[in-house]
Amino acid sequence: MIEVKDVRKSFRDKAVLKGVNFVFETSKTNMIIGASGSGKTVLQKCMVGLIEVDQGEILFEGRNLTTMTPEARKELRQQVGMLFQGVALFDSMNVERNVMFPLDMFTDWDIKKKLERVNTVLERVGLTGTNKKFSNELSGGMRKRVGIARAVVLKPKYLFCDEPNSGLDPRTSMLIDKLIHEITIENQITTVINTHDMNSVMEIGENILYLEDGISEWKGSNKDLVFSKHQRLNDFIFASEFLKDAKDMRALETRGIIDDNRDMNEILKEGKIEPGKDEKNDK
Amino acid sequence: MIQLSSFGKYLLMIRGMFHKPENLKMYWKEFMHQSVEIGYGSFGIVVIISVFMGAVSAVQTAFQLTSPFVTRETIALVVRDTVILEFAPTLICIVLAGVVGSKIASELGNMRVSEQIDALEIMGINTKSYLIGPKILGALLTIPMLVVVAMVLGIYGGRMAGALGGFLSADEFDRGLQDRFVAKNVWIGLAKAYSFSFIISSVAAYYGYYVKGGALEIGRASTNAVITSCIMILITDYLIAYFLL
Ligand SMILES: Nc1ncnc2c1ncn2[C@@H]1O[C@H](COP(=O)(O)OP(=O)(O)OP(=O)(O)O)[C@@H](O)[C@H]1O
Ligand SMILES: [Mg+2]
Repeated sequence: MIEVKDVRKSFRDKAVLKGVNFVFETSKTNMIIGASGSGKTVLQKCMVGLIEVDQGEILFEGRNLTTMTPEARKELRQQVGMLFQGVALFDSMNVERNVMFPLDMFTDWDIKKKLERVNTVLERVGLTGTNKKFSNELSGGMRKRVGIARAVVLKPKYLFCDEPNSGLDPRTSMLIDKLIHEITIENQITTVINTHDMNSVMEIGENILYLEDGISEWKGSNKDLVFSKHQRLNDFIFASEFLKDAKDMRALETRGIIDDNRDMNEILKEGKIEPGKDEKNDK
Repeated sequence: MIQLSSFGKYLLMIRGMFHKPENLKMYWKEFMHQSVEIGYGSFGIVVIISVFMGAVSAVQTAFQLTSPFVTRETIALVVRDTVILEFAPTLICIVLAGVVGSKIASELGNMRVSEQIDALEIMGINTKSYLIGPKILGALLTIPMLVVVAMVLGIYGGRMAGALGGFLSADEFDRGLQDRFVAKNVWIGLAKAYSFSFIISSVAAYYGYYVKGGALEIGRASTNAVITSCIMILITDYLIAYFLL
């Protein structure tokens, strides 16, 4: 569990995070959503200490990262895996060496045991047989999967993913989301994912933080999201008119107003389509 | 002011390097790798440059020494001393500032821009010690070796030029070579080589490690690294000559 309490961060005089509060839960895929530039990456980097916060607390199982000694921080980081927005594979090394690197550094296993672990992880992300390939020989999706493999090879307790499926087709995105979700549950990881991909949010968003202009504006699960009446959140999630309509329809359907046997025109005539009227309240 | 604060940052970077390695074996491997990259990688250019600079200094000294009061063997003596004291350490290191310095700066710059340095930090690795330390140590090990090679080859180049040009036979050259030899000169040459190796590698590492921005900045960083280390090499050269000779 990671608790973020009133985190603030400014660059020169530009305030990026203006008081973020959230609890990231263990064994769940926690998601940070928000418009481009809302501070998602900055928040994630603050949480792992790549950027120092100006104010606030970041508690890993109660231990405050912001006041830790450098040694304690280094130790904590050995339990952290991170997938960067640009993946950041070591381009002087092939896939196998990339994934093996954390093992080389932090274990005294022999090469056979290390290779075994590497191959297990590579198989887990569906990349068996790519061991000797270099970063520039891989597709974007493969690179992300190598990044995930490298992030989880040491069995981290915390996994950070910055836009794991940006720039990927919907199917590959879905596969990567599912992969992260499964790994999270298998190893009881506290996973934090930045995304603006609404497919992923709906698919694996168990615990969602909506950042707006550096403020934690809304919290809830993907189910809460569908029924949310938060106007700006809705405008953000259901950006297109089509999706807005679809959301309204979905709401009506769950309330039993729409069912497949009834004619749409009839419903419209009854004038019952006033979306959001008796939905449950936002948190 | 900016210069002063970056010098402070530079010193902090050097201090940040001194940390207990997370895994000594990996650091050793990286040190070996860097030594090969830096030393072996620039061997060819050092060979070519040193032979020619020795040859040129022989030809030019011969051209200038027209007085009947100086023996021709003096040419060898002059070649020997200039090569050992100045040409081998300074000229070679200026060239290496370009070859090695730009390589170090762009390698680190690329790692910074593509977040590879952050990725290492996240794993709990002290990137200053792991990335910069082996580079500086590798330079300190191999560049002085290259300078010694350059000293030998430079003198040999002078000997060859004399024989080929017909103005100084190999025998005369060898006699001149042993005339009034001061061992201290070699030590001064080496002192220069060590100082310059440190300048080349640490200045380049500084510019590369702290790159901000994109690919364009990497190019700018390596240019700045080369310019700054050349200037620092020349200033240090002057100071060493002034205080040690
Ligand atoms: N190192 C920095 N120095 C100055 N400003 C920064 C820095 N890093 C981020 N910012 C600013 O912080 C704001 C938030 O950036 P951030 O990268 O967190 O956005 P994001 O939510 O991740 O966006 P995206 O979805 O496009 O990745 C931006 O306005 C950016 O200009
Ligand atoms: Mg981002």
